[in-house]
Amino acid sequence: MMLCKLSFRNIRKSIKDYAIYFFTLILGVAIFYVFNALESQTILMKVSSSTNDLIKLMMTMLSSVSVFVSFILGFLIIYASRFLMKRRNKEFGIYLTLGMSKRKISFILFFETLFIGIFSLIVGLIVGVILSQFMSLLVANMFEADLTDFTFIFSSKACIKTAIYFGIMYALVMIFNTYSVSKCKLIDLLYKDKKSETIKLKNPYLCIILFIIALIMLIWAYHKVAFDVKRVLALVDIVIPIIVGSVATFLIFWSLSGLILRIAISIKKYYYKGLNSFTLRQFSSKINTTVFSTTIICLMLFLTICLLSACLTIKNSMNANIKELAPVDAEFVVSLNMDRDYDYYRGFGYNDNQIKNSNSNVTERFKIFDFDILKYFKEYIEVNMYATPELTMNNTLGSKLDAIRQSFPFLAYDTMEPIMKISEYNKVAKLYGQKQYVLDKDEYIIVADFESMVKIRNISLKNKEDITLFNHTLKPKYKSCMPGFVEMSSNHINTGIILVNDDIVDENYIYENYLIGNYNVKKEEIKNLENKINDLDNSDKANNYLLPSGSTKLSIKEATISLTAMVTFIGLYLGIIFLISSAAIIGLKELSESTDNKERFKMLRKLGADEKMINKALFRQIAVFFLLPLTLAIIHSIFGIIFEIQILEIFGKEKLLTSIIMTAIFIVFIYGGYLLITYYSSKNIIKER
Amino acid sequence: MDSILKVDKIEKYYGSRSSLTKAIDNLSFEVEKGEFVAIMGVSGSGKTTLLNVISTIDSVTSGHIYVDGKDVTKLKGNDLNKFRREELGFIFQDFNLLDTLTAYENIALALSIQNVNAYVIDEKVKQVAKELDIKEVLKKYPYQMSGGQKQRVASARAIVTDPKLVLADEPTGALDSKSAKMLLERFNYLNESLKATILMVTHDAFTASYASRVIFIKDGKIFKEIHKGDDTRKIFFEKIIDVVTLLGGDLNDAL
Repeated sequence: MMLCKLSFRNIRKSIKDYAIYFFTLILGVAIFYVFNALESQTILMKVSSSTNDLIKLMMTMLSSVSVFVSFILGFLIIYASRFLMKRRNKEFGIYLTLGMSKRKISFILFFETLFIGIFSLIVGLIVGVILSQFMSLLVANMFEADLTDFTFIFSSKACIKTAIYFGIMYALVMIFNTYSVSKCKLIDLLYKDKKSETIKLKNPYLCIILFIIALIMLIWAYHKVAFDVKRVLALVDIVIPIIVGSVATFLIFWSLSGLILRIAISIKKYYYKGLNSFTLRQFSSKINTTVFSTTIICLMLFLTICLLSACLTIKNSMNANIKELAPVDAEFVVSLNMDRDYDYYRGFGYNDNQIKNSNSNVTERFKIFDFDILKYFKEYIEVNMYATPELTMNNTLGSKLDAIRQSFPFLAYDTMEPIMKISEYNKVAKLYGQKQYVLDKDEYIIVADFESMVKIRNISLKNKEDITLFNHTLKPKYKSCMPGFVEMSSNHINTGIILVNDDIVDENYIYENYLIGNYNVKKEEIKNLENKINDLDNSDKANNYLLPSGSTKLSIKEATISLTAMVTFIGLYLGIIFLISSAAIIGLKELSESTDNKERFKMLRKLGADEKMINKALFRQIAVFFLLPLTLAIIHSIFGIIFEIQILEIFGKEKLLTSIIMTAIFIVFIYGGYLLITYYSSKNIIKER
Repeated sequence: MDSILKVDKIEKYYGSRSSLTKAIDNLSFEVEKGEFVAIMGVSGSGKTTLLNVISTIDSVTSGHIYVDGKDVTKLKGNDLNKFRREELGFIFQDFNLLDTLTAYENIALALSIQNVNAYVIDEKVKQVAKELDIKEVLKKYPYQMSGGQKQRVASARAIVTDPKLVLADEPTGALDSKSAKMLLERFNYLNESLKATILMVTHDAFTASYASRVIFIKDGKIFKEIHKGDDTRKIFFEKIIDVVTLLGGDLNDAL
């Protein structure tokens, strides 16, 4: 009974001092619940079966990420609780001198962990359930589901999972605590805190040399990931710079810890102003022993920034891409005159009849399937693409072909180039809300938006390569590819369409027919309509005729959204966990220092320092410890993001600034929140009773 | 008379083989039941180490320590815990009270660890509080008390279990002279009226003058031993001062 009461008292006392620890535990539980409850939220949404499969994949991914997250949180909790235990050495020493057995002390700790565990689980789950209601908004927004019928969602599965995972973590904490109690020696418990840490001043020359070496290593690593990325294909190409960068980070903090004080002391005007000398001494006495943890925190923050900005970029770009790249409801296409390239199409698995019967356009083809597609369109256009073996990429690249072939040996240079009449392209562009073009006599334009193909084509266009088409010699109007596309998709994948004047096109070389437009059916019925169209492929006609294939806004959305959602959720999940872990570690460290510093601040008061000065000194001290790793992490991240941009090229980088701003907001809120809580709790600790 | 504590040729070394420090060097003495013994010595003479090894806070390198005939250097695990909670009482220079508990609860804790009945606990706590004159602070938390009050609460906690031996490490070190005098008078009362055996480490001659015997330690060895006998405290104090002068060193600071 007494033991129970003791542990209860201990918690009540430490709740005030270690608010951050409880706050982090609750946040950890809440976030764990929120991301594991996603499944029950997506279940409620009416989605197609293909989307459903992707959601299942997403949940599997999130589950495995959860295991990883629980490792991080487990590490954090064990670290924090061992840390808090160290602060209580004296207390345990008293228990032992009073003749309490180590087993009983373990019991006290067991009760404490149990109380804290149950308390944080319950509060965390309540917070999680509330947060997950907001999460539904985000989920609905992602999957573009209607949220008219908002329901309160509680996932018992996620709840049980959270309880089990955290139960295991707390059990581990109990084992660790018992172990460290059984290991400790009474004399150390009673007198350890009297042993003052010896402050070794590091050799300044060694510091300077190491600092320079670290800088060189960093510059090399930055260069490798940010500007030499062309060859980064294997994992090892990115892992080595990261390892080098991590070592450099450690060396920078190590050498800085030795240098800062020396530099500051030499600037006497600054050093002896106000409490500066005190703050600096405080700082340097600690940074010596915290170099390693500062490094780890810096790297975690770096990861957080990169993760958050990458996942937000993908999300924002994907959404923007869909708006831009799938501007209308539907686009249907059929290949025409397939018999001309009989063997080529056989390679795609089309049968003889399908190939022979390929001379009707989209509307006619649907009629053959007894389906009047035009009935469902509010507005539409019909355009054609042409292609001739006379014009392949070999021809468009012209004299630069050999040079390009050397750098890119695997491109299909024999593919026929798609050709469009300028007037028809402009019709599409008008419908899509894209730029329309004008051509003079004997000119051509290439529209393309697939970045790497654009680069290749621009080499030739810059060189003003002429092409010969249907007995006309055409010269390029622009020195580079122009933006534009015909086929709707989720990404920029148009490798190039040659636009030419209408009058030179030979109608015999018609190759594809497009029907592009907006439906006249209601939004809710689009799904049914498209299912009906897809079902046509099961009719007997399909044996002899090829059904036009469609890229519709809805299908593109469904395919990309799940991927986007997966990336976003995993990124957010890990990012937030990394962020709170690192902030919590610094916060706890600073708080426990404040307990030590209580006497020193008392002394300052006796010397006549007023509260304002003391608070300023305290705030500076805490802020520096929070901002030091963040500053280096931000510098790292600049290069990390440059690397990301190149990797995420196909997703588009237009939205990068938005996502960087959003990442910054995240960090300011969470990290800044931790800083402030730490400051106010520390102020409370050093306050005189 | 029975010997309650027998220290038999103990040695305590610190450090590695290359730089060995002998904190205690072949030291032996005995304390009889009901004695009030003070151990004096300059800083670094080994007096605190001596107290630590007697109190089982630290271990000896060689030799034996018997408390009531039991070799405490051989105690381990639960026997050690039992020994600490039933036969020893500790008083520290910095009190070592638990600041989450009130004075009453701090004293009661020593008993509740022994699984004493709650009614008995209440009775005993009130009794010891009366003897040490701390009845009015029983409901207070340590941070609400003065240094002298805290040390008397700590002393109450040390003796409430009726230990065979009370060990005190610089009990007056953190107290002003008035509080120190009051505490020492309580020690005398405990020693004379309750027959408590007290072993106290101090560097303060005034504090030591309350004891019935003073053992002086130098370089880990016994330097001199003086008994109070029938002397008044004042004469005994002067005798102590004479030895301190002989010892030299920073003990003079205590004056």
